Amino acid sequence: MLALIDYGAGNLRSVHNALQAAGGEGVQVTADPEAVRGADRIVLPGVGAFAACMNALSAIPGMVPALHERVIGGGVPFLGICIGMQLMADAGEEHGRHPGLGWIAGSVRRLAPADPALKVPHMGWNDVTPAREHPLIARGEAYFLHSYAFDPADAADTVAATDHGGAVTAAVGRDNLVGVQFHPEKSQAYGLAFLARFLEWRP
Amino acid sequence: MTVRTRVIPCLDVAGGRVVKGVNFVDLADAGDPVAQARVYDAAGADELCFLDITASHEARGTILDVVARTAAVCFMPLTVGGGVRSADDARALLLAGADKVAVNSAAVARPALVADIAERFGSQCVVGAIDARGVGPGRWEIFTHGGRKATGIDAVAHARELASRGVGELLVTSMDRDGTRDGYDLPLTRAIADAVSVPVIASGGVGNLDHLVAGVTQGHASAVLAASIFHFGQHSVADAHAALAAAGLPVREG
Repeated sequence: MLALIDYGAGNLRSVHNALQAAGGEGVQVTADPEAVRGADRIVLPGVGAFAACMNALSAIPGMVPALHERVIGGGVPFLGICIGMQLMADAGEEHGRHPGLGWIAGSVRRLAPADPALKVPHMGWNDVTPAREHPLIARGEAYFLHSYAFDPADAADTVAATDHGGAVTAAVGRDNLVGVQFHPEKSQAYGLAFLARFLEWRP
Repeated sequence: MTVRTRVIPCLDVAGGRVVKGVNFVDLADAGDPVAQARVYDAAGADELCFLDITASHEARGTILDVVARTAAVCFMPLTVGGGVRSADDARALLLAGADKVAVNSAAVARPALVADIAERFGSQCVVGAIDARGVGPGRWEIFTHGGRKATGIDAVAHARELASRGVGELLVTSMDRDGTRDGYDLPLTRAIADAVSVPVIASGGVGNLDHLVAGVTQGHASAVLAASIFHFGQHSVADAHAALAAAGLPVREG
């Protein structure tokens, strides 16, 4: 069973649709920590602000401990999308400093393109350029929509980058964890192919 | 490369039906917005925009069903505008599957609406729609009610206000050019794009591919929206991408 975590994220429905289109069977949209403990694959969606998302996730009694137990303890494949990816960091610096799940060392900081003519939010299709070999990451173009980006403390945790007036983290990964800044659920064929690889992933 | 220039077809929808849409492809139901959205999805559109122009209050809910059915089959970014008056209106559209919600008249009357939505759902999902007309050299004013009602509000000042309240981008439509096919109001587009740090979508008046290019090179827009040149088969999304690429602008490969 794939647990798609429902904590009120705005892109929940689109992610659900895309997982099904990518061939996902047994996708369960859930806010139940017990379901998380029984999941063999977990997806955390998210759009909006870091603190608001972390607060909403933490507001579900037992959810954060259940995620930690199943993902870090149990080692099941985990995918974080957009803010769901940023929440894997130690902390986010959007509207003050807020703690994240702390699964991948690093902070989430506001984009500061070197060229002042470049716009923030970084919005639209851009490159996904692999930083190293990773079974889920393919070179291509995906849809980005964000004003903050994950800055991993260990460069080895960056598995793909994009460019918006300087390198911006497009994906992070370690062991059974992967997180993408782009929106696979909105990246047409590229995004569905990525989700299909995640559904088959055996880290 | 850097972030690509976005090409955005826009469909007007009323009572759940397309008002003026694609009429050059063989569709079983050419009035169905979902069928039309699939055409643009397959054609490689970078995003899609639905503008709900439903006049009657009773038929307002129909857009939610359209959005939900579109999001089930099209995996591309979808902006929906028209009649959004509250954060709850925005929430309903987002939960149905919209990625961004455009606010227009209600944010003219009450700019704090932008912050209401941005604080709950994030800036990335709030598009500030600005309908403007020229009222003098280098001066534009906000008009509401489909361009009929003057407000006395300066368009560039309103754009700055919406940006400060937290919109993620601005959709700038020239009501002077809308429907003329004479091209975007480039000075208007540029005045706003240069005044704010968020992306601007140029809208209103596209009659050919050169107009799309000018929207970016001279209007400083990050994205170009058009309706009739796509709907009537005059040009494809691929034609638009090719024209932008020929002008040296970054576009999606495929």
